[in-house]
Amino acid sequence: MKTICFYFQLHQPFRLKRYRFFDIGNDHYYYDDFRNEEIIRQIAERCYVPANRTLMEMIKAGGKFKAAFSISGTVLEQMEIYTPEVIDGLRELSKTGCIEFLSETYAHSLSSLGDTEEFKEQVKLHRNKIYNLFGIYPKVFRNTELIYSDEISEIIYELGYKGMLTEGAKHILGWKSPNYVYTSIVQPQLKLLLKNDRFSEDVSIRFHNYSWSEYPLTADKFIFWIASTPAEEQIINLFMNYDVLGSFHPAESGIFEFFKALPRFAEEKGIGFSLPSEVFALLKPVGSISVPYPMSWVDEEKDCSSWLGNVLQQEAFGKINQISERVRLIEDRRIRQDWNYLQSSDHFYYMNTKHPGEKKFSPYDTPYEAFNNYMNVLSDFMFRVNAQFPSSIENEELNALLTTIKNQGQEIENLQKEIERLKKRKAKNLPVPK
Amino acid sequence: MKALMFGWEFPPHILGGLGTASYGMTRGMAMQPDMDITFVIPKPWGDEDRSFLKIIGACHVPIVWYDVQMDYVKRRIGKHMDPQKYYDYRNHIYADFRYRHVNDLGCIEFSGRYPDNLLEEINNYSIVAGVIARSESFDMIHAHDWLTYPAGIHAKVVSGKPLVIHVHATDYDRSRGNVNPDVYGIEKNGMDNADHIITVSNLTRRTVIEKYHQSPFKVTTVHNAVEPLSPDILAIQDKKGVKDKVITFLGRITMQKGPEYFVEAAAKVLAKAPDVRFVMAGSGDMMNQMIRLAAERNISDRFHFTGFMKGKQVYEVLKASDVYVMPSVSEPFGISPLEAMQCGVPSIISKQSGCAEILNYAVKVDYWDIEAMADAMYAIITYPAMHKFLKEEGKKEVDNIKWEYAGRKVRRIYDQIINR
Repeated sequence: MKTICFYFQLHQPFRLKRYRFFDIGNDHYYYDDFRNEEIIRQIAERCYVPANRTLMEMIKAGGKFKAAFSISGTVLEQMEIYTPEVIDGLRELSKTGCIEFLSETYAHSLSSLGDTEEFKEQVKLHRNKIYNLFGIYPKVFRNTELIYSDEISEIIYELGYKGMLTEGAKHILGWKSPNYVYTSIVQPQLKLLLKNDRFSEDVSIRFHNYSWSEYPLTADKFIFWIASTPAEEQIINLFMNYDVLGSFHPAESGIFEFFKALPRFAEEKGIGFSLPSEVFALLKPVGSISVPYPMSWVDEEKDCSSWLGNVLQQEAFGKINQISERVRLIEDRRIRQDWNYLQSSDHFYYMNTKHPGEKKFSPYDTPYEAFNNYMNVLSDFMFRVNAQFPSSIENEELNALLTTIKNQGQEIENLQKEIERLKKRKAKNLPVPK
Repeated sequence: MKALMFGWEFPPHILGGLGTASYGMTRGMAMQPDMDITFVIPKPWGDEDRSFLKIIGACHVPIVWYDVQMDYVKRRIGKHMDPQKYYDYRNHIYADFRYRHVNDLGCIEFSGRYPDNLLEEINNYSIVAGVIARSESFDMIHAHDWLTYPAGIHAKVVSGKPLVIHVHATDYDRSRGNVNPDVYGIEKNGMDNADHIITVSNLTRRTVIEKYHQSPFKVTTVHNAVEPLSPDILAIQDKKGVKDKVITFLGRITMQKGPEYFVEAAAKVLAKAPDVRFVMAGSGDMMNQMIRLAAERNISDRFHFTGFMKGKQVYEVLKASDVYVMPSVSEPFGISPLEAMQCGVPSIISKQSGCAEILNYAVKVDYWDIEAMADAMYAIITYPAMHKFLKEEGKKEVDNIKWEYAGRKVRRIYDQIINR
């Protein structure tokens, strides 16, 4: 029996405000609250809320619909502030048992390509956030924009995950089909689900493209295509942004009706829906894939050039990796918070020069402006980090000093307890005459 | 002595250094008691300082005869010009210009900027100059920069009075050698027709003699000067929020200004002194290229771009700076290092800039010599004595570079021509 595995990505970064040279050292608030609020409210109204409602209807209708969600920590925070109704909707969905939350980095960051320690920290932070909000620890991992490489697979396995979602890029798969479970070539215990590019993009990109020869796409036709794949291919992975419902394709395009109709036609053809963890438990891997260089689900190239392709991006990313070890030694909550927000891959995406003249989601007019602004903010951030601990001390030395201070603190605490105890004893003992 | 001057910009509405220099020069000359200056610009805004000269807007001078009422003229241009003047000019229209595009007063509209149809605007300006030259009386014609040379020549032909042209820049400076033939033609024609040529530096004088084939006897250098800073500018506080030293480049980010040498030198300094910041203030067609270059050198966290700066912002940047650098590849004069020194900021300037000829207390390096430039930057920020010396002596020096002296030099040239 064939099964469809849906996964939706939800993410919004904390966009930065215009930050000038003279703000460095004077102003430590970096975010464009107006814009962030406007965008999250708009997307919640157009997409998240109606999409949650649609999914709920589909599940209640008994169509056995299931889907996985990967929700970044930064979008969760914005929802908590501006649109808590979306979180309520997700909680309701979660109670049905038909949805699964996936693990990722807190800020939808690129740290898997930079600092391993930092990456692990951020994953842990996100795990805790999901647990705090939904009471479940995620079991399956999905990296930022499906970025994956052999190296990353090893870290993920070390972190204790049994499965991971990633892209089914043509240059990796070659003649292989994405419609099976695979394993990582370096870590055979880690199972992989690969995105089916064609079917995913039929829905996510081409759905309301009038010039597409298959327009309009109906649920009937779409399920028929899936059913027509070879019988041995049992799992169809449809990975996309949640924004596909109502934002990338407006409600008028019929996207919600298309989704609502999917379970009925799937049942007719005997196709089910599964969560990633169920698939990993059920199906055996048929082979392994080798990805020496990182791939992602973006653009034609399916690589990481959208975030780290040009010198500007490499420079900015290099600078944050340089200071990450130092930042981890700091406990100041505001610094930690800003550090997370600055990690979001979006900041790097805005600096990309791959599509000249095209303003893809970017709040800036040019990639150069994006870069200048980010570097100014980062300069101020580094200034604050250095104010905590002088940059002249090496990290190892600093770490040792901090440990000593901590140990001493503990010792003092212990000794004080001891004194307290002895005092009490003495107070008790005093009235007793010798 | 009555001088009729043609200019293109006049403060406060300026786009480049030409307006500042025109203002300073006329102000310096007006200190001579018998000097009477009439200054023509394409389009006055009404808020220019007219206390020491008369300003005529070319856009208020009719070239087509229209029968208009005094009241109407007063309402339209009363705040710029005495309405009676309008009628004086109208009586001196010398040809039938009805085929040209004019407004309801018979005047041509000017943008007063550097539009795409600049050559047409230059031509219109010289048509208007013919009317002005026929109605005004004067002893000398003085044309500032190539845009006004045709107007100067026209006035000379009409009135028979001597023409002095003032070369603030040549196209060789702007283009690193690849001159625009139209511009070169206008420049050359102006110089050929002039009775005398004033250049802002010996560097420019040499260009005029060598590239425009002028007789050395006809070309004299009168260096620019600076206006003393106003008290409200001197009162601007240093607003930077970091303790790091700041080294600044301020100007258009274009080929002429040599911004890439500044970035390269910055990379060298940062390798030795980590707590320095570099600011590149201004905009221009090489800005994105410079952002990339800074990123390639891995110094972007300490190299900041501010974008275009105007008015007071310029002085805010200067006040926050510890060193000012002008690595121009070719700079006819370059007033900005003088302004920096007035604010007490030590300056490093290229030997290829005109102001290097008159400054002793500024560090001079070849624009291409990034090692020397980095060396100088490092020395000024590291050795307090050097910083203090350049700051104090530099300020003393620029305070003695006055427009009044420059004005006297120009006057001597006038006298020589008239007594010839």
